Amino acid sequence: MNEHELRALAGEVKEGKLSRRAFITRMVALGLTAPMASQMLDFVGVARADTKFNYKPTKRGGGGALRLLWWQAPTLLNPHFATGTKDQDASRVFYEPLAGWDADGNLVAILAAEIPSRENGGLAADGKSVTWKLKQGVKWHDGKPFTADDVVFNWEYAADPATSAVSTASYKDVKVVKVDDFTVRVEFTKPTPFWADAFVGTRGMLIPKHLFAEYKGEKSRDAPTNLKPIGTGPYKLVDFKPGDMIRADANADYHVANQPYFDTFEMKGGGDAVSAARAVLQTGEYDYAWNMQVEDAILKRLETGGKGAVHVVPGGNIEFIQLNSTDPWTEVDGERASIKTKHPAFSDPAVRQAMMLLVDRKSVEDHIYGRTGVATANFLNNPERYNSKNTKFEFNVAKANELLDKAGWKKGADGIREKGGVKLKFVYQTSINAPRQKNQAIVKQAAQQAGIDLELKSVVASVFFSSDVANPDTYPKFFADMQMYTTTMTQPDPELFMNQYCSWEVATKDNKWQGRNAARFRNDEYDKVYKEAQAELDPVKRAAMFIRMNDIVVGQENGTIIPVVYRPRAHARSNTLRADVSGWDNDTWAIARWYREG
Amino acid sequence: MGYYILRRLLIAIPSLLGISVVLFTVLALAPGDPFEELATNPAVPPEVRMALRAKFGLDDPVAVRYVRWITAMAQGDWGFSFVSRINVDDLILQRLGVTLFVIGTSQILALLIAIPVGVIAATRPYSLFDQIANTLAFVGFSLPTFFTGLLFILIFSIWLDWLPFVYQADIKATGWQWYWQHIRQAIMPIAVLGLFQGASLVRYVRSAVLDVIRLDYVTTARAKGLGERVVIVKHVVRNALIPVVTLVALQMPAIFGGAIVTEQIFRIPGIGSLLISSILANDTPVIMAVTFVFACLVVLFNLIADILYGWLDPRITFR
Repeated sequence: MNEHELRALAGEVKEGKLSRRAFITRMVALGLTAPMASQMLDFVGVARADTKFNYKPTKRGGGGALRLLWWQAPTLLNPHFATGTKDQDASRVFYEPLAGWDADGNLVAILAAEIPSRENGGLAADGKSVTWKLKQGVKWHDGKPFTADDVVFNWEYAADPATSAVSTASYKDVKVVKVDDFTVRVEFTKPTPFWADAFVGTRGMLIPKHLFAEYKGEKSRDAPTNLKPIGTGPYKLVDFKPGDMIRADANADYHVANQPYFDTFEMKGGGDAVSAARAVLQTGEYDYAWNMQVEDAILKRLETGGKGAVHVVPGGNIEFIQLNSTDPWTEVDGERASIKTKHPAFSDPAVRQAMMLLVDRKSVEDHIYGRTGVATANFLNNPERYNSKNTKFEFNVAKANELLDKAGWKKGADGIREKGGVKLKFVYQTSINAPRQKNQAIVKQAAQQAGIDLELKSVVASVFFSSDVANPDTYPKFFADMQMYTTTMTQPDPELFMNQYCSWEVATKDNKWQGRNAARFRNDEYDKVYKEAQAELDPVKRAAMFIRMNDIVVGQENGTIIPVVYRPRAHARSNTLRADVSGWDNDTWAIARWYREG
Repeated sequence: MGYYILRRLLIAIPSLLGISVVLFTVLALAPGDPFEELATNPAVPPEVRMALRAKFGLDDPVAVRYVRWITAMAQGDWGFSFVSRINVDDLILQRLGVTLFVIGTSQILALLIAIPVGVIAATRPYSLFDQIANTLAFVGFSLPTFFTGLLFILIFSIWLDWLPFVYQADIKATGWQWYWQHIRQAIMPIAVLGLFQGASLVRYVRSAVLDVIRLDYVTTARAKGLGERVVIVKHVVRNALIPVVTLVALQMPAIFGGAIVTEQIFRIPGIGSLLISSILANDTPVIMAVTFVFACLVVLFNLIADILYGWLDPRITFR
């Protein structure tokens, strides 16, 4: 079925000749995924059926206590200062954005009356503005009404560089205009296909103007409400002890009928992931524990306790290996791994292809990560609509040997291949973390069989992931031949995620290694496709572009990236708790809808 | 006496200053960055991180930062936490009560075990009781608290399901229920710390009593026809406890250290867990303040030990 036919069919749905479901079923039969088909309909302007949640309680309250365990404790409750997910997750209980992302990467209205679309006039045809209609009758916890002024204020607050808000990237380049008391318009300087950034999801939580107006800019730290949130969320704060616990009561004025189900809310922090899993799965002291970064074998053993189970939700985080495109061992103009150099071995595609064949991803999944890491050939794995079907991975030592032989890399007396004075001896670095060291060992063993010697290096995580300019062992410096870590994808749109291979993002001495492209990957086609995708308003074409970018970075020809496993988000949950968790938003994004059954 | 205390306090000032210089330099040289999590988050532009660093004065030279810290500290300003952005003294005060409760109770438990066991063991040296007490004491202080803590959790929380292993500072219940829940959750951490302390104290009490019990005045007391109970309690134990009391005082800072691990295991929101989480988050002002408080405690308890010693043993004079 070609593009033209697809569009005709989508048109039929719009005119009511074909049901939305029938269309999606046909698309799925053709090999397209449901979310992608659904997005195609959005584009031609077919109203989306609201995602229905199976929320059973018929009245507010009566559910007793909801007890969550975050093994990293929240330290502050202002979403614009949330240093990590822990703070965002905790803030989300009290503050809400206009819309959130569900598990499939679709938008769900929260404080917005509806999701903007072409059909309801929310999205401008030129892609340069989006108009949000706000839900009316929403009240802050102190009884004041929520209006467009609050939304505009959040933009002013976060966009002000003096505030130093961590959410500023979503706000600093847009302009927000109040249309009327319950309508705001977000204006972009250029056509923007990914318009759902400001006021949406993790960085979209809205704080009240009447309490923060005096604490904008320089004085932002002094706001008493940084620790005592007055939001619109389903729970009202009772007590917060930074680094320890949060206690809250149900918000009797919550803007959704029959929600929340629980009367009290508690979030305890601290300790470690294993004992947090234990408190949910084995003893049942808690209902929910976040971010189960624990070896699957241990989780499985704890699950036999019978009180709860571990659930995974798909997200975009990926554990991957980078092959350095530059030479980390030569200094040019006082800079190692300078883009003026070329890596002596990895500049040969045969060596890169051999390395790709030597990473035994299946074993890494089976023996190390289990449910929490799925072997993959792609750098961009989720949402499903962006997942490339053109790639595959293979573990094959014989083939790697053959490739290297053919390219003229001959084994020396020590069993290590060399060509023209260049030996295949690489330094392979990662952070200290038990699964990563096991993963390194698996790769090293396979490489040895192919005549490649890997020197394993592991750096303390607090150094490896720091932005310390003076330290040579950080990952953006990448003074090694290969390195491995997990990169996170914080929103379902891959635009921001994929900028880490754009040539202008290369980490160099000039930008104090702040560029996101640590691999020093540079490819003209990639840059071109990325720029096109930034302006492409047709979601189907845009998805194809991101898939192309993925195929370039992991490809045989130019690729220097070896994806290992993608890491779905795992949480432990009591058997009686019904929770709606998304990998594209905070764990607590739909906490108003959580309830207990059985 | 007053002069002695004054002089000791004055001597403490340069040593505390020295300690603060060392702590500050070590922290400044240690790798890590309080905004590390922002560095790996693609959604946060590097400018925000730079601005925050500049705002919190992290880019200044170490010497400048130290002088700023020490002058603020001298005026009672402890600075603010980089991660929660509230004042450090508030943060510490929030945590202090729990730590004092847990450490205090465990210390009482340790003494309640150590004194009777040590005295009985010393009055019947090499008896079966002495042998058993000695063996258990050795086992007790050879096992680190993190091990016994995990063992207790495994036995009492998981196998037997009697006690909770997540500590909650504020319990919502009222009346008897409140006390009951507090006791239930505190049993394990207090037992872990108390037994460890008790085990090492038993040996000191035993040897101190053994030293005293052979002295002539004890024989005299017995010769006067005093009952064994009176001899032991009034004459032996009182004198034997002098070194023990100083020892307890000297060990107080070490107990704070031991509580760090225990607090982490049981998720007790005390100073120790605050220290660990701030170290993990590279929250320099908090680490600095907490370690400095510990340093002050060491100096203070050394002084208390010296004074107590002189007070209990009049043969010692202060000069």
